[in-house]
Amino acid sequence: MSEETSGGTGGEFEREPVPEKARKGSSAFWGMYASEHTAGTEFMIGPLFVAWGASAFDMVFGLLLGNLLAVLTWRFLTAEIATARRLTLYYQLERICGRNLVVLYNLFNGILFCFLAGAMVTVSATAVGVPLGESVRMPTFEQTWPTGVVWCLLCMAIGTAMTFVAVRGYGFVARVGHLAAPWMLLVFVACGVVMLAKLGSTNLFELIDPPEGAPRRIGFWGIVFFAWFCNAAVHLGMSDLSILRFARKPSYGWASAAGMFLGHYVAWICAALLLVYWVRQFGVDPQKGAMPGPMVFDAVGVAGLLCVAVAGWTTANPTIYRAGLAFQGMFPRMTRTTATIIAGAFCTVAGVFPAVAMKLLDFVGLYGTILAPVGAVIVVDHFLARRLGLATNYAERHGIRFNVAVLLAWAIPVAIGLAIYRTQHINSFMLPLPCWVACGALYILFTKLMNRRAGLGLSSSPSCR
Amino acid sequence: MKTLAKILAPLALAATVVPPLLFLFKAMGEGPMKATMLGAAVVWFAFSPHWMKGGSQ
Repeated sequence: MSEETSGGTGGEFEREPVPEKARKGSSAFWGMYASEHTAGTEFMIGPLFVAWGASAFDMVFGLLLGNLLAVLTWRFLTAEIATARRLTLYYQLERICGRNLVVLYNLFNGILFCFLAGAMVTVSATAVGVPLGESVRMPTFEQTWPTGVVWCLLCMAIGTAMTFVAVRGYGFVARVGHLAAPWMLLVFVACGVVMLAKLGSTNLFELIDPPEGAPRRIGFWGIVFFAWFCNAAVHLGMSDLSILRFARKPSYGWASAAGMFLGHYVAWICAALLLVYWVRQFGVDPQKGAMPGPMVFDAVGVAGLLCVAVAGWTTANPTIYRAGLAFQGMFPRMTRTTATIIAGAFCTVAGVFPAVAMKLLDFVGLYGTILAPVGAVIVVDHFLARRLGLATNYAERHGIRFNVAVLLAWAIPVAIGLAIYRTQHINSFMLPLPCWVACGALYILFTKLMNRRAGLGLSSSPSCR
Repeated sequence: MKTLAKILAPLALAATVVPPLLFLFKAMGEGPMKATMLGAAVVWFAFSPHWMKGGSQ
């Protein structure tokens, strides 16, 4: 999983293009992507693939293809726009959609951030709870409600500590995350190697394949789409404009390969092996699964517990902080402290309920389905608007604060996508792409209709570029 | 300190991943492997800030 960078504060060229002197070299991006995509949630995703009955071929080659597609999206969409315009997502959206629609986007962004941070609280609790032994009942993949009073107290203590640190500013945590990244990746690899040793085989294909007759909830294309779109809000949704605007060249978009092929390939497969071992050795029902904390402790000891706790903590903290910024963006009079405490309280409550962490595959799909389509509006504005005779930066050009065309183009596909998800039980990570394409097409259609009604076509709008 | 970190931090990374490999090839027991990895974690967090680019900032 990855984190999004808010362009909300800090005087970092939030409302102007990043100047030449502030641009960064490629190594900064390779390091950042490698660390941001080795998070606590990776410990959940690998085992969830096993629980969903993924075959070894699907995992090994599906993840390869899906991650490659994600890298190509970063390189040829996000990085191209980011280095051409050098603006944050928020400011870019404001120029197209108007200030008030960005507030609505912030609301969804902030809420989804809180759920994501809540999942990380849950994952951390599975590690912190290990020394407490039997007094903590660890949840299973099927559980959505808290497992007991001690579990609730544990999650609340972790959530409160994370919120406290986020209120103080997350510089220290960001630094620990930066330092921990290479070590965490090696702990993932160590878990995988130890599991191969304990399983007595180095044949991944033989080990990961589910037994005959096991229910299969995900196949090759499901894994491809999951790997491609688990960060849809960041690449297709253009959140990473805020980061890649600092890149000297669009080719720095290739740096996302570090995150995809280390965090979302090596780490996921290693984490999957943990559950494979527990299924074979301890007879754990793969549908119910086992929690990362006990599995990692069994594999590599206290260093593993440290890794799960640090991975959860270092990714949850910036997420709470950014959720606070998103809420603050909606209510500018609210102090950052108040906004962060609200976000932290929300995420703590979400963390107490294991639902988000246990349904993480679904959640990240929904996250992308809701937020990514907005990125299609930016893509249309950047690549197609001039060719189609549409005004670029529509809201800014026409002095409006709420671009109805964007709202409709965003809301209609998302509403239909969510309805299909609810009624047809389609995996949520299959939805971001169709919703994204539909949003782009509807934006073109509605903008043309609006222009026609207002007589603002290209011919009457000489300022269009 | 920086010179020491240049030696110990990469060694700590090696000590995180080499013991599991030795365990895989049955050249190390499970207990020593876990203990070495814990020691490597402590050494890594102690010395990496002085070794990694941007680590001390």
